[in-house]
Amino acid sequence: MSLLNIDRVTKRFGGLIAVDNFSARIDEGTITGLIGPNGAGKTTVFNLLTGIYPVDEGDIFLDNQAITNQAPHRIAAAGVARTFQNIRLFKELSVLDNVRIGAHSRGRAGIFGAIFRNGAARREEATIHAKALQLLQEAGLAEYSSELAGNLSYGLQRKLEIVRALAGEPRLLILDEPAAGMNPRETEELMAFVRRLHDRGLTILLIEHDMKLVMSLCQRVIVMDHGQKIAEGPPEEIRTNRAVVEAYLGKEA
Amino acid sequence: MFLEQILNGLAQGSIYALIGIGFALIFGVLGLVHFAHGEVYMIGAFIGFIMITAFHLPVWAALLLAIAGAAIVGFLVELLNFRPLRKAPEYASMICTLGLSVVLQNATMLIWGSDTKSLPLSSENVAFSFFGAKLSMEQILIFTVSLGLMVGLQYILYRSKLGKAIRAIAQNREAAALMGVNINQVIAATFAIGSGLGGAAGVLVGLYYNAFYPTMGFMAGLKAFTATVLGGLTSVPGAVLGGIILGVVENITAAYISSGFRDLVAFVILILVLFIRPSGIFGRGIQEKV
Amino acid sequence: MMNMSKSLLTSILRRIDEKEKSLYLSLLIAVAILPLVWQSDYVLRIATLCGIYIVLALGLNLVTGYAGQMCLGWAAFYGIGAYTSALLVMRLHASFWLALPAAGLMAAFFGLLLGIPTMRLKNTYLAITTLGFGEIVRLILLNWTDLTRGSMGLPGIPSPSFLGIDLEGKLFYYYFIVVLVIVTLVTMARIVDSRLGRALQAIREDELAAKSMGIDTTRYKIIAFAIGAFFAGIAGSFFAHYSAYIDPHNFAFGESIAVLSMVILGGMRSLPGVVFGAVVLTLLPEVLREAAEYRMIVFGGILMLTMLLRPQGIFGGVQRKKVSQTPVAVGQGKQPLYQNR
Repeated sequence: MSLLNIDRVTKRFGGLIAVDNFSARIDEGTITGLIGPNGAGKTTVFNLLTGIYPVDEGDIFLDNQAITNQAPHRIAAAGVARTFQNIRLFKELSVLDNVRIGAHSRGRAGIFGAIFRNGAARREEATIHAKALQLLQEAGLAEYSSELAGNLSYGLQRKLEIVRALAGEPRLLILDEPAAGMNPRETEELMAFVRRLHDRGLTILLIEHDMKLVMSLCQRVIVMDHGQKIAEGPPEEIRTNRAVVEAYLGKEA
Repeated sequence: MFLEQILNGLAQGSIYALIGIGFALIFGVLGLVHFAHGEVYMIGAFIGFIMITAFHLPVWAALLLAIAGAAIVGFLVELLNFRPLRKAPEYASMICTLGLSVVLQNATMLIWGSDTKSLPLSSENVAFSFFGAKLSMEQILIFTVSLGLMVGLQYILYRSKLGKAIRAIAQNREAAALMGVNINQVIAATFAIGSGLGGAAGVLVGLYYNAFYPTMGFMAGLKAFTATVLGGLTSVPGAVLGGIILGVVENITAAYISSGFRDLVAFVILILVLFIRPSGIFGRGIQEKV
Repeated sequence: MMNMSKSLLTSILRRIDEKEKSLYLSLLIAVAILPLVWQSDYVLRIATLCGIYIVLALGLNLVTGYAGQMCLGWAAFYGIGAYTSALLVMRLHASFWLALPAAGLMAAFFGLLLGIPTMRLKNTYLAITTLGFGEIVRLILLNWTDLTRGSMGLPGIPSPSFLGIDLEGKLFYYYFIVVLVIVTLVTMARIVDSRLGRALQAIREDELAAKSMGIDTTRYKIIAFAIGAFFAGIAGSFFAHYSAYIDPHNFAFGESIAVLSMVILGGMRSLPGVVFGAVVLTLLPEVLREAAEYRMIVFGGILMLTMLLRPQGIFGGVQRKKVSQTPVAVGQGKQPLYQNR
């Protein structure tokens, strides 16, 4: 049963076709890697999935429900959470607040709850607080709870972004180059972290340039070039795929 | 009567256009609004007034000195208010020039008083009658001077090295810097040019209504900004067209609906344009990068 | 009324730690006994004025400081509240106690109205639109003479009465604004530390990321405008009855600038900071005696200097968060954890 179904999606920017008739299915509980040379359209696919850019043609289904061209906050509420290629934390808010904001779509309290703090609002607040702390604990970030997110080291910021995404209890987690800029030790740690999430049954889709990470972490790999899908399959197969090698190294090689 | 309102509107519109060009040039190179631009225009008007009354200079000389004076003020504003905030968040320079505008306005008030000053001129000097519509000497002055300045500006923008640099920075500042354009110098020059035009507008308006007062820059600045938004914020021809449209619409409203609505019209246009088509008539669209 | 302020008092005090508790308590006592110790109509008037500006500035702070949405037309909501309340009482003979919340709601409604078209706009565009809105409201107040008497203003706005007792004493107004300030502070403190408040701050920090976290940014920005405007409207209503006379000049651009200066001097998004900013900038022109003419220069100068020297303002940037669990080891990370500017 596929959790995410991308059906012949096309996105144009003026004359440029950034994503060209792209289709993919992501099965529940899998880790899928989306790879391809720079400018292949990977991040654009993510932005289409999360509603940041409108789709020109095609449809996107999450668990058979169309989420095509819905507002980003609705898609998030439907269970798609993401991180960004260039970390986008709420830098001047505390680490804890970042995670609590991540849980926004799981809460309901509004103006009334904020001002009058009725029982329901208080209980919700306590639940969110406890959950956020628990997530931070699991990720080894608890000691930084009250630190401003912008003051964390780069590696921890990347990690915090994932924790923030998790707080929304997503069904699908989308990671845009999670290991970018990390040293080998940090990458190692990150991979262990992502594996733990996978073990718990979370479905993950990630863009990554670190081939070692992709090949060891992902069960399926989708390869894009010039906005199109050029290959798809298990990592072993992708490694030797001719089209993929050509896309990365050029035709002559 | 109608024709006369159109002529009045064109005169008023030319003023908005001259001020608006400054907004457009500055927004073009920096992507920021110069909130004290209306005060630069007011300072131009006061320089002109002082030159004529205290130094008994002829109008053309006063005009030239006002242009030069306003250009210097504009240069200083860039040096003291914009340059230190190049890397600060967008609102910093906005609030900073907003503060400057309040300071300049009130300082002028402290020095020269808040009352309206006028030149000892004979009023109602109708120069021509034009299909029954009066065309005053001041209006002719406005039309010729603003036309001259706009042609001059086009010459600078499209025929000079400086103009090329200004347009290059407006396209892509980093690339222009890599090509050896001295960014700070060109931005300063842009401020000087835009402010000079504003100063000229100040003198012209002062002569037209024969009224010089410290708060004259506030409304005029806002309206000229509206004109610029109407024209697309970075487009010089857009600012001119926007100014003319605003001037005419305003005068027609004042004449046929109510003079109380004269100022209202500009702000309603401003909000409508920003709501319906924020990129204005000639503007480029705004798109967010992710 | 004593009971009301008492329960409000305990409700704020519950949430602050001991050290702060004693500070706030002594501040509150000072405020409470001020008119008894210093019996001066002048002092009372300035203190009441401070209260009005605190409420106004706290409202704007929610919009500009917390939600990060610039507003250069704040005085419009103040004016809408003032005129709504005055007209309701004078023309429809409504009770002040009805007109006061009505003024807040009317201002909030206009906050929504302004919010809807402007929510697609950012930074400069938003700032200019709100400025235009402020001018439109002022011009309507000035030109709709049948309703507002235009520049002649509305004289003789009556004072409220309670259970048949006329409350026109200066002491009544003083204590009433103290209550309003406390209510506003408590409300703001609660909003800031809630799901709603975090959503607003997320929008300020990174709107796109906020959307991706499931925050309906448009809706929340409009809510911020409506809540902030509500308090501006309340302040307007209070001001109208307190001064007994209003005209459109009371709500001109200069007032918007004054309130914005208070918020910016206070560092944006710091409640004590904003209170400090409002008090200092209300007192300053009074302290420099002949400086009434310098008032606006001071405001303008503050805007300029805070931006040039420290764009975050006096209190801003240094954020202290209380986390009720786990002791926090600041500075033990792998990287030096320095304070923000």
